[in-house]
Amino acid sequence: MEKLERAMPWLFVSGLLVVWELAAIGFKVPVFILPRPTVVAQALVLQWGPILENSWVTLLRTLIGFAIAVVAGGLLGVAIGSSRLVYRGLYPVLIGFNSVPKVAVVPVFVIWFGTGAVPAVLTAFLVSFFPIAVNVATGLATVEPELLDVLRSLGARKSQILIKIGLPRSLPYFFASLKIAITLAFVGTIISETVAGSAGIGYLMMAATANFDTPLVFAGLFVIAILGIVMYAIFAVAEQRMTFWAKRGDGMMV
Amino acid sequence: MKPFVEISDVSLMYPGAGASETLALEHATLAIDKGEFVAVVGPSGCGKSTLLKLVSGLHAPTKGGVIVAGHEVAGPIKIVGMAFQNPIMLPWRTTLDNVLLPLEIVEPHASRFRANRASYAEKARTLLGAVGLDGFADSYPWQLSGGMQQRASLCRALIHEPDLLLLDEPFGALDAFTREELWAVLRDLWKARQFTVILVTHDLTEAVYLADHVHVCSKRPGRIVTSRKVEMPHPRDKYAPDFVALVRELHNGIAEVRAA
Repeated sequence: MEKLERAMPWLFVSGLLVVWELAAIGFKVPVFILPRPTVVAQALVLQWGPILENSWVTLLRTLIGFAIAVVAGGLLGVAIGSSRLVYRGLYPVLIGFNSVPKVAVVPVFVIWFGTGAVPAVLTAFLVSFFPIAVNVATGLATVEPELLDVLRSLGARKSQILIKIGLPRSLPYFFASLKIAITLAFVGTIISETVAGSAGIGYLMMAATANFDTPLVFAGLFVIAILGIVMYAIFAVAEQRMTFWAKRGDGMMV
Repeated sequence: MKPFVEISDVSLMYPGAGASETLALEHATLAIDKGEFVAVVGPSGCGKSTLLKLVSGLHAPTKGGVIVAGHEVAGPIKIVGMAFQNPIMLPWRTTLDNVLLPLEIVEPHASRFRANRASYAEKARTLLGAVGLDGFADSYPWQLSGGMQQRASLCRALIHEPDLLLLDEPFGALDAFTREELWAVLRDLWKARQFTVILVTHDLTEAVYLADHVHVCSKRPGRIVTSRKVEMPHPRDKYAPDFVALVRELHNGIAEVRAA
């Protein structure tokens, strides 16, 4: 049973690919509309050099943007979650800011910083800092009032309450948000690269589209998906290590 | 002798817009001697918990004054320990570290906590042993039952040797057997350490079992309407005729208050 559970993701993905392959052959779908998985794999192997090079660029930009988002989002979350005034002042602004589609901001960045790595890093940061800030703030804002009473009655300072209770308590929220934020950061980088890039997976895919090289576009999509899964897995493991106390049992309802 | 806690003619208004303003306490007066065990009983929503917040300095009264240990209360008084119906242990700390938490905050312990951690931990283990939690110091709170968590919560309230213990329905969520076990635990700790206790509860048997003095609170806005001294020696038998008679008397008193 446990073996089956471990094998499930692989089984599911292979099943999906087989169905895709057979459907594409059966319905005679032209390669430039929807390439079969085998054709995509072929493109991956044949153009491995440029794919690897551009993936590296994308990964690096994503990680830099994400790192800035972790620091900025974390600090912002602490500020919002621990001060009513900051919360009142900043929250509406943040929501408004997050509602702006980031594709619309990329051209502005290009005007400011040109088409290099900076717009991509900035977009990755902008897309991914919001869930981090909101989650950290939620963790801080939901500390039990009785616990605050216990500490305040002993004369605890605000900073002591934050360090002893607030921050540890918001750690599970923080790690949960990292898993979401890292995948969003990829979205940000690639949006920027497709709109105005001269390197990166997003740029590669745009160039491939211009040449009607659909298999290469799909190869790019696969690479992005795999990068996303790997990053997600890394942060899921970190979460498990750091906040084991927040999970009891396996968390499944059935 | 001057009382240890003096609540004189205190009113407290919770602010709110227009009609949502609530008067939680009105002209409440209560005097508690040092080392006394006092229970405040009354219908729910009568401002019993508010009374504890006033005594601990977490809330300032709208009118009147509170004096604890000879000083007017103007902010957190730092000599209190508190426990609530919900034990609220920190899940990322072991039971031992949860119990040690107040020592990391309150002076003079906080500044020497790092250096003397071992001796403080020893003290905490002794206290945990006294409430029947031998061998659970290194367990996480979520590995303990509700009753065990409440025992640990009592230890956390007492680890810094407070002069005043404030209990807000601490046994309210426990099953009857565990509750009565914990009554005995609390009574023995109180006998041994002689701190002053204010216990807020709506369980009359609990109040009469533990307290020297039972004060009955009226419905909102709360006032102390009756006070009754309990003369029976410890350990008390909750099936003894005079025990039962006193509980019934208080019960009728509360029924009158509720009807009024």
